[in-house]
Amino acid sequence: MLKGKAHKFGDGISTDHIIPGRYAHLRSNLPELAKHVLEDADINFASKVKPGDFVVGGSNFGLGSSREHAPLVIKMAGVSAILAKSVARIFFRNAINLGLPVLICDTDKISDGDKLEVDLAEGTVRDKTNGAELTFGRIPDVMLKILDEGGLIPYIQKHGDMQV
Amino acid sequence: MSKTLAEKILSAKSGSDAKAGDIVIAKVDLSFVQDTTGPLTVRQFQSSGMGKLANAERTLLFIDHAAPSPNASLSNDHILLRDFSRQTGCILSEAGDGVCHQIVAEAYARPGDVVVGADSHTVTAGGLGAFATGMGSSDVAVAFGLGRTWLRVPETSKIEVTGDFQKVVGAKDLILHLIGKIGADGATYKALEFHGSTIEKMSMSGRFTIANMAVEAGAKAGLFASDQMTLNHLVNEGRGKDYKAIAADADAVYEKVIKVNAAELEPTVSKPHTVDNTALARELKGTKIQQVVIGTCTNGRLEDLAVAAGILKGKKRAPSVRLIIAPASRRVLLSAIEAGYIKEFVEAGAIILPPGCGPCLGLHQGVLGDGEVCLSTANRNFEGRMGNPRSFIYLGSPATAAASALTGEITDPREVV
Repeated sequence: MLKGKAHKFGDGISTDHIIPGRYAHLRSNLPELAKHVLEDADINFASKVKPGDFVVGGSNFGLGSSREHAPLVIKMAGVSAILAKSVARIFFRNAINLGLPVLICDTDKISDGDKLEVDLAEGTVRDKTNGAELTFGRIPDVMLKILDEGGLIPYIQKHGDMQV
Repeated sequence: MSKTLAEKILSAKSGSDAKAGDIVIAKVDLSFVQDTTGPLTVRQFQSSGMGKLANAERTLLFIDHAAPSPNASLSNDHILLRDFSRQTGCILSEAGDGVCHQIVAEAYARPGDVVVGADSHTVTAGGLGAFATGMGSSDVAVAFGLGRTWLRVPETSKIEVTGDFQKVVGAKDLILHLIGKIGADGATYKALEFHGSTIEKMSMSGRFTIANMAVEAGAKAGLFASDQMTLNHLVNEGRGKDYKAIAADADAVYEKVIKVNAAELEPTVSKPHTVDNTALARELKGTKIQQVVIGTCTNGRLEDLAVAAGILKGKKRAPSVRLIIAPASRRVLLSAIEAGYIKEFVEAGAIILPPGCGPCLGLHQGVLGDGEVCLSTANRNFEGRMGNPRSFIYLGSPATAAASALTGEITDPREVV
């Protein structure tokens, strides 16, 4: 069971909102890069996020660039999962490849600051603040296997190959 | 039979009868990274235990996003890529050679290939009939090592374009119009396949522009059948032997069909801060701009520069506008010099940048100031994209960009030609 607070964002949060290109010179200095997580969407996010919290987006979360640093800095902030109404393709793959769950559900029912409990096995999100109970779509098996190993590189380290 | 282009290519590369919705392991024919995604790819590859590259001659590292480097950190990333190339024998494309997608289109991708790149605009090579898609650093690291990747075979939307473009209207206006119509997530997880008499007549340059922007509708691939135009392109690049005829089956099953009449299109522009926020250039008359960028993997090819030169020749940029021109590759730059375009640009008051990504992603070579407005031929206008979240980016065609550079405001190019 994952427990934490919701940090709510709107629709169309791009990879430029999450970690802008202007910080590309910090991509080989991850602790410095991570200080700028989601800066262009909420300048205070890095200072208020706590380990275990959730990033809650609207539709098409993570659109744009292929930069894996986008889910990476969210993970480094201690976020335990991303919840969104829909998620862009490359971002989805990248997040799972880093062992960061992305859960597709009706995030309109969640408000900023709500306390959430997520049961990954059961596929449910409980909003303890307003009592809403949501279910999220099943992550494809191939991605679940990667997620279970903690990401793609740990998966390859263990299996040495890729199977579907 | 009954296969879309995506199903056809992924069947061949997975050795299975792949249908939309299937998950396959496909052989990767070409994999690449660029200088802002490559260092993480190298580190992931090195920690994965895979050891060696599956195919060093078809593994490419591009220094194009920060080229030449504006600071020591990025210079050190470049050193890391050069070292990896030396150690593994993979191919390095140096600063000044050009944008990865343009060089892949010129020199590497083949019809029917599976191409994966750690850059979202990898889809560009779909213009010549390759299943090309962007992925992150870890996925590409695994493709480097295994020479294979997992893919969900996408459903396909068929985009059928008929009719002749009006003068100065073209591929960029078509793709901006389409994204405006279906939305920035209108094709998420899907492939877009382009058909119709307009597409059959379209140059490779136009096809690459359209394929390049497929990802701005969320698409996994933007695909074109190969044909005589594709063959001519490959022959011109000295690699006619790479040609292979590939097309969807006539009875392929499409999730939807979208028809566009090219004759009805007008010069189209995306407004800040999303690509699907489109309007007609004439509706934005009076919008003052301080910078114009002509170039990038979307519109930095010779044909694009020819259109811009045709409008700018013998004229001067508006005094209030910085006009920045970035040819997409060294070959494009050389051809533009030979054609006289570069002289015309310089005489018109332009700044010529080295081949590469230029100011597109906000790293260098034209970062916008607070409140400034740019009209760019690039593919993305997200908040902060060009290095400053307090600036504003409009996207348009080379013709719209050149016309607007003359007037200092967003201008329908039909007014100046």
